[in-house]
Formats: sequence, C-alpha cells, structure tokens
Amino acid sequence: MFEIHCPYCNEKRAEIEFSYAGEAHIVRPNAKQQPVMSDEDWSRYMFIRDNIRGEHAERWWHNAGCNMFFNAIRNTVTDKFVMTYKMGSPRRTAKQIDVARETNTADKAKT
Amino acid sequence: MSAFRKAGRGIVDSAKAINFTFDGKTYQGFEGDTVASALLASGNHLMGRSFKYHRPRGVLGAGSEEPNALIAIDRGTGRVTPNVRATTQEIYEGLNAESQNRSPNLKFDMGAFNNAFSIFFPAGFYNKTFLWPKSFWDKVYEPFIRNMAGLGPAPTADDPDVYASSYGHCETLIIGGGPAGLAAALAAAKSGEPVILVDENPQLGGSLLTTPTIEINGKPARDWIAKSLKILSKAENVTLMTRTTATGYYHDNFVALVERITHHVPNAKIGKVREELHRIRAKRVILAQGAIERPLVFNGNDRPGVMLASAAQAYLGQYGVAVGNEAVVFTSHDTAYQAAFDLADANIRIAAIIDVRDEVQNDLTEGATQRGIKIIRSAVISKTFGTLRIKACEIYEPETGIKTKIRCDALLMSGGWTPSLHLWSHSKGGIKWDADIAAYLPDVANENAVCVGACNGDFGIAAALSAGHKAGQKTGGGRKVYKTNEADFGTGVVNNGLPNYIDTAKQKAFVDFQNDVTEKDIKLAVLEGFKSIEHVKRYTTNGMATDQGKTSNLNALEIASKAVGKPIEKVGLTTFRPPYTPTTFGALTGYRDAELFDPTRKTSIDPWAEANGAVFEPVAHWRRAWYFPKAGEDMHAAVSRECKATRDSLGIFDASTLGKIEVVGPDAAKFMNLMYTNPWSALPVGGCRYGLMCREDGYIYDDGVVGRMAEDRFHVTTTTGGAPRVYRHMEDYLQTEFPHLDVWLTSTTEQWATIAINGPNARKLIEPFVEGIDLSPEAFPHMKLREGKICGVPTRLFRVSFTGELGFEINVPSHYGRALWETLMEAGKQYEICPYGTETMHVLRAEKGFIIVGQDTDGTVTAHDAGMSWAVSKKKKDFVGKRSLARTDLTANGRKHLVGLLTEDPNIVLEEGAQIVTDPNQPIPMDMLGHVTSSYWSEPLGRSIAMAMVRDGFNRMDETLHVPMPNMAHKVKVVKPVFYDPKGEKLNVV
Repeated sequence: MFEIHCPYCNEKRAEIEFSYAGEAHIVRPNAKQQPVMSDEDWSRYMFIRDNIRGEHAERWWHNAGCNMFFNAIRNTVTDKFVMTYKMGSPRRTAKQIDVARETNTADKAKT
Repeated sequence: MSAFRKAGRGIVDSAKAINFTFDGKTYQGFEGDTVASALLASGNHLMGRSFKYHRPRGVLGAGSEEPNALIAIDRGTGRVTPNVRATTQEIYEGLNAESQNRSPNLKFDMGAFNNAFSIFFPAGFYNKTFLWPKSFWDKVYEPFIRNMAGLGPAPTADDPDVYASSYGHCETLIIGGGPAGLAAALAAAKSGEPVILVDENPQLGGSLLTTPTIEINGKPARDWIAKSLKILSKAENVTLMTRTTATGYYHDNFVALVERITHHVPNAKIGKVREELHRIRAKRVILAQGAIERPLVFNGNDRPGVMLASAAQAYLGQYGVAVGNEAVVFTSHDTAYQAAFDLADANIRIAAIIDVRDEVQNDLTEGATQRGIKIIRSAVISKTFGTLRIKACEIYEPETGIKTKIRCDALLMSGGWTPSLHLWSHSKGGIKWDADIAAYLPDVANENAVCVGACNGDFGIAAALSAGHKAGQKTGGGRKVYKTNEADFGTGVVNNGLPNYIDTAKQKAFVDFQNDVTEKDIKLAVLEGFKSIEHVKRYTTNGMATDQGKTSNLNALEIASKAVGKPIEKVGLTTFRPPYTPTTFGALTGYRDAELFDPTRKTSIDPWAEANGAVFEPVAHWRRAWYFPKAGEDMHAAVSRECKATRDSLGIFDASTLGKIEVVGPDAAKFMNLMYTNPWSALPVGGCRYGLMCREDGYIYDDGVVGRMAEDRFHVTTTTGGAPRVYRHMEDYLQTEFPHLDVWLTSTTEQWATIAINGPNARKLIEPFVEGIDLSPEAFPHMKLREGKICGVPTRLFRVSFTGELGFEINVPSHYGRALWETLMEAGKQYEICPYGTETMHVLRAEKGFIIVGQDTDGTVTAHDAGMSWAVSKKKKDFVGKRSLARTDLTANGRKHLVGLLTEDPNIVLEEGAQIVTDPNQPIPMDMLGHVTSSYWSEPLGRSIAMAMVRDGFNRMDETLHVPMPNMAHKVKVVKPVFYDPKGEKLNVV
C-alpha cells in the first residue's frame, strides 16, 4: 500500500484514502475546437493513452481526505512516486523530475 | 519415553506430557512438540497423501516449507482448519488432527489408483485430456475433476471465531528471529527507536534451536538466546512477536503480519481472538528469513522416511526425536555431513553417506571415519523400496555400474541451500544469480530494506550474527565480533539431472512434492515448447501449491535450464507472490465479518418497513424494501396488488436512497449546462427538469430530476447506485476541466428523507399537512418544486411522477422521515394507502416506458438510441459527451433502439436478457437483433409488457419478431414503449 504525498494537504497519507484517476495533462478540447476535430483526432483524445513504461504523469483523487484531484509522477516499473503537484500546474519537465528523484534518494539516504 | 525419543536431546519439556489424536488414534508428545515431531517420536512417518497420485508421504522438512505433511485440525463445527502443516502445528491437550486427501484411510487409499496409472497423468494432463467430446463435460469430466480438486475438507459452517486486525508503525521491522535477526534486534534496540522482531515459530532462535552443540563466544547457543531475549524483552522500544508470519511485503515498507494467537491453546474459547493481522508501516525492514535446504531429485525420493538432512537434524536437536534407527545420507553439499554426524553422535546408525561428488573435504572424511561412517563418492541413489515407509535403497555408481541395495528406515538428502527471497521479491528487490552457491541472492533494493544472514548468502552462524549486527545498527557504531565453534559451512554442486540406469520415463523423481510434479514432467513441458520458466511453471503446476515451491523452485529451474539449453540466469526465476504461507480468510477479513463485511445503508424509514413485513433487496450499498407481502401472498400477488392500489387510489414509496447533490454557486447553471445534455439556463426558479448525463463518450451515464431552488442553487437527484460516481464525475470536471467556474458540490443524499406519494388521491392526502404552498394544479403544476412546511417540518416538495400518476416527492430532513411516513400512513387509511417497494416502482415506470439506467441501458446506449433525443440540447455549444454524439458510429443507421414489445400470448412474461431474432428457424448461430431489457406482468393492463434494445427498432414498429427460448420461440410485436396512459392524462387528476 503506497504512501502518497497530497500536495494540498502537504502530507503523506496511506493509499486507502486515494483513488487513481488516469493519465494527467490530457486537455479537453474546448467548444470551439471540438466541432472542427476529425473523429480520428477526437478518438485520440478520448481513448489513446501513452501507457508509459517508466515515469508516468497521472492523476490521483484524495477522495477520503481533502477531496482534491492532483497530479503525480509515478514510475510504473518500480511503482515509486517521484513527486506530486497541484492540478493546473504545468507538466513537469524531465529535468524537474530528475531533481525530484535525486532529492528523494538523498532524503532516503539521510534516514 | 517413546521408542524414538532420545533422552537428553532436544528442548521439549519431557515433564509435561500432552495427549492428542491423529486420525482417531491417541498419541503422546511433550510440550514444545509439533504434530510432526510427536508422530515421528512414535515411529509414525506416514502423515499424508499426495495431491495428484495419492502417494503415501511423510515429512520432508521440519518447518513452514513442508510440502507433504498437511493435516486438518478439527475443533468442531465451523472450526476445521485444512492444510495445516504438521511440522508447524504445536500440539496441545486434546488436539484433534486428521490426515487429508485419502479415502477411506491413510494406509489404504482408493485414490492411489491414480498412482498406478500415473503414466496417464503427464504435465498438462487436464489441458490435453478433457477436451472432447463436449457431451462428456457435465457427467464425466467435471465430477471427476471436482472430486480430484482441492486440498483438505472445505468448511461446512460459518467460522464462529473472532479475528482481529490492527495498524502499527515502527522504525525497524526485523523479519526472522534466527541468529541474524536476533543480532540485528540487539543492535537496533540500542537506538531507542521502535523495533519489532517477528518470527513464525513459537520460539526465537531459528537454526540455533536445532543445533545444540553450537557455542557463541564460548557459551552454549541456548544461553546466548536466553541472554539476548532477556535484554530485548526488557527494552521498552522492542516488541517481540512469535507465532507471527510476515505474509506479504507491499509498497513503501508496508508489511502484513499474521499472528496466530490461540492455535496452540487447548479449548480456545469462541469469542477470543484467534488470529490478528497487523499491518505495519516500517521505516526500514531487515529481512533475516534464512535459507531452505533443497531436496535431491531422484527416483523414489518421496517415500515416507526420505527427508531433508537439516530436518532430521532439527528433529533430533530441537525435539530429541530420532527419525529412524539406521539412516542413509544422500548429498551434494557438505552440510549434510554435519547432520549425519549429529545423528551418529546420538547413536543413530548412519549406514552410508552417498555423495554425488568425486571429492570430499578432508575434515568431513575424517569426521566420518571417526564415527565409522562409510562414504561412497561419485554415486547416486537409483531407487528406494518400501510402501508406507522406506525399507531400503539402491546405490548406483555410474562409473562402474555397480548397484548395491542397503537397508535403511530413513534417507536424509541435501541438494544445497536456497536463500529465502520471498519477501525481498514481494518488495520488488532485484536478484542476481550466484554461481558459487548455485542460488539467487538479493541484488539492488527497491525499498528501504536489507537482507541479512543465510537469505543473503551469509551462511554459517558467525557470518549471520555479524551481518545482523551490522544491519541492526542505526549508524555505523563499530563491528561486533561473534566467535562460534561451528564447522566450516562448506560448499556443494548444482544438480540438474542425477545419473540413473533406469529409463527416465519409468522414474518417479519428484521436484514439487505437493503438486506431484516430476523431473519427467518438466522435461516434457520444455519438449512441448514451453521455454519460459513462467510457462513451465503454469503448465506443470510446479511451485503453484500451497507451499509456493519453497523446496521445488530452484530444482525445477535447474532441470528446465538444462532442458532448454540456457544458463539459469538467462532462464530467470518465477515471481514470488504473497502470502508467504497460507493465510486464513479470517485473518484477512478481521473484524469486517458478517454485517461488517460490507456496509449496509438504511434509510430513516427502513425500521418501519422491517416492522411491517417488507422483503428487502440490495441496491448498491442500500437495502431497499422490495415488496410488502400480506399473509399468504407471493411476490407476484403482492406486486400486482401494490400496482393496482397505486393506480386506483394511493401508493407511498420510500425514495430516500435517490442520490442527491447540491450544486451551488454563481456559475451553477453554467456548470449544469456542461454536465447534463439538457439546457438549464432557462429553467426558472421553482422549476424541475429531467436531467440526462453522459460521459465524454456520449453514452448515457445517469439520470434524475433536477430542481432549481434559486438562481445559484440546484437540487440534483441521481440514481440510487450512481450517486458516488456522478459526484466524482462532477468533481473531476469541476476541478480539472472547468476550474474557472465558481461552483460548490455537496453530497446531500443522507441529509434528506424522500417520500414519493403517487395516485389519484396524492394531493388530497398531503393537503392537510402542507403549510405555505398552494397545492392547486394551477399554482403548482407538474414538474415544479416548492419550499414550505409539512407537518411543521421544512420541506422541498417536488411535483414529479415516476409512475404516470399524480405524484409528489416530499423531501424532509432525514430524521423526520419516519414520523412523516407514519403520519401519512395513518391519514391515508381513508384512501386505502398502499406502501410499495422497488419491484412495483419498476413495473409502474415500465408501464410508462421510463428507463432505468443500467437496466435498459448498458453503457453503449445514447440518448437517441433510448428515444430521448428531446433531452439533448441542440443549442448548447458544449456539454460533456456532445462531440462524441456526433461521431460517425453514433449517428450511423442500424444502431439498437429502445422499443416496447408485446407478446402474442399476453400471459407470457419474457425473460429479461432474452435474445430477439427475425426468424427463429434460421440456422445457429442466429442473427441476433437485440435483447429484452425489462419485462413484467402489468396488472392494470391485464397482460405482459416488455422493453427491449432492438437493432433499428424505431423503424420496426408493428413488426413481428421472435424470442427463442429452450422450449419454444415467443412471437412479439414491436411497439412504442409507453403502455399505460400514453397521453399522460392521469398526471393531471384534480
């Protein structure tokens, strides 16, 4: 059972308080974009996901806590959370993820 | 003393005799004995029958790795525990154990015919054999497989015992209380931070308990254990847990511990906690699980009396039991010599040591010579003799071809050691192959964890002690030197197929003892094309029994790797999964048993329904009144009466379970416009509208009536089962797609009790109780809502109808629900008011053609398909699902449509789910047009009615179709799905 850091509560809580909510940073086309999208483009938005082997940007919902949706970077191979961040903030760059991973390792070494 | 008990050996308490029964016969053992050690002390080796061939089996091991000696512990009705390992079950006064997998008894087992025909049971037997003819399935194959399947007796009654669960945290969790674990605990205790040490056995000490001659720093090992335990039990920060198995290691150092609290206690009372599941989150984990000795794979290696050398050593060292009078030792590893020497020193005759290797170290040959033990090198055992116990074995020397038969009543084998990586692997720690010890060892950690002692390849007691000490220290506080008098741990060789002059096909060389997988089976699987070790495992079932392949995995791997022609490290290792040892459902369930297993939600009116004879049905987590039978009525009669009473005069229904969400804020209408297909901006305050919700895929997701309480406030209702997912759906969009909207969502399902009043007398019933609302049809028309008071209580009163009758839904704060219900029941007597349940509600709505989301729709139905295009706004630029509704597939011809069906014979009530075709005589497979979604007897119409999803249904009005059933095909006519009062006149009764 994971321990997940909720960026709104700013606290690590047990996975039992959370629900997974799919891939992050998939932006819904707005009312102007939708009518001019082909079926193929629309189905890509609807159904096609990256299914990444490695560090995956995904959403979680703190439904038994503060009720907020947030973003996370989780490694799908090692099942390790690298970082979590608030909804609406931009996709994390590879460099930001590297820094977070190194900080985690350094924190762990301290304990 | 029993015949095989050795005076002065072992740590059982010979002053405390304990009587127990095994298969009805009484045996005596001592406090500290297991069932296995006590039976062996009486000379009884036969303890079980194997799973597939029903071969007689004795113990292989002395601990939790045991594959053979599985017994059932019978403590009375509902308290039978099957598949308990006799090697770990402590005896207690009155213990009642039974052998398994045999009929009529252990010595004579009818099932053993499988053994005689074992040539017919190769790997993949079931897959290959039970294929055809199809007609054999019901009468021949299935009963046969059912009879063969399963280990031990299934429970026949509810388990009356109590199981507990708890959460815990610690700084350091140490798993395994042998020398490495104890040394780690001693070092970790000094930090002052919380330490938990767990061990599956009743006593801490691990291998030190079984090797009494060992001295640590000049003192007997037992004294060192006693001293260590004294220190640890005094330390306030240390928790010692025995009889506790770490069954699984999960993410972020979350470990499940199952503590067996009363498994060793006589007459354990019902109501006392039997097991407790501790869920521990540890900062760091030290794994000191030790290693398990590997059997040798040779013809006849499963005869009772054939066991691991370390097991024989443990029975002698820990329990003072001789496993026989004359033993043969068969080994490929040096450690078996120490076992042989221990036994010889206890005056057990060692007839010979058979070593597969050409060379043996001098100190071992000297030790053997001193004790008069003959060593035969470069030799193997080619067969064993005896039925229920080994009587003799045949030694074969491949180089010379010499065969010698020697008498023995025990055969001790050793194929080296397998470090226990189970929990390490659960934690996704990496592993690497170590050619020197021919085993996998821990590699890179994935959690804050470390392996110490034999499970890390630190073999030998001194090595384990210092590794444990080093790991236990919080910060590198210096080395501690442990000196012991142990012999060198020694080495061994890999065995991936021992030579034998007997044809492989005729050998019975077992790899997995519990699942009866032989060397031949594994070779056959590879021959048939299973090259991946995961496939070999599944095809042969090697390692898939309740022992999780603790003694078989590496032997299988070595045999498979040779057969595939690849080095072991290229073949890989099968995945270890929790639980480490079989875990009871009781432990997993804990307190969440019976009514606490899953919450049952009840409305405030539920107690009235119960007191008035309602039959209930579960709807999502709710229990709802299904129907209210009067004396002598069955469901059909009750529902027909309830329907008629409602249509004729007055019905009352508890609709409190409807999901309710309060949507509030300056942008509430904008938000509603995006979440529902309908338009909301123009809905006036005090107006209601049927709302239809899609997901982004355009299919119907939920529905319900929505009332506008104020410009910025909507009272949204959802289906009973849909409330949680609708709420999540709304929150998700609000937070992630429409965060610019100023809206707040609150689930209010449980804040309101909702009573639906339907029928021509509905208005008359409530009129006297309502204050502040003009109920006249002109002032309060259909699909409006008003706020006021009823019986002096604030109410949100909706004029809506799910029945087609004049109807009101009265919402009052939940705790007033029952009082209001009872008041209305009393006042309704003059109208012969009839309480009705969900079944009548379903019938009444079907008569009107109203859909139930999830019954008439299935997640692939659009509003258009359901005949509800009117609910989809054409003007709105955007709503969730809008773009998908324009997809080519969703606008194409030939989609299924929701229609009504009338059977030609009005008395036939179709089966829901039944398929619909144009021609019932067409060849199979028929072209199926759709299926029946709702079907009922309609009392007011005096005939059956049905709704169905039918391909191109809107264009098939009045067409005759057929519903084929096993006996005959029913003729049906396609109609519009409104059967009752199509003009809706009944809504407007004055």
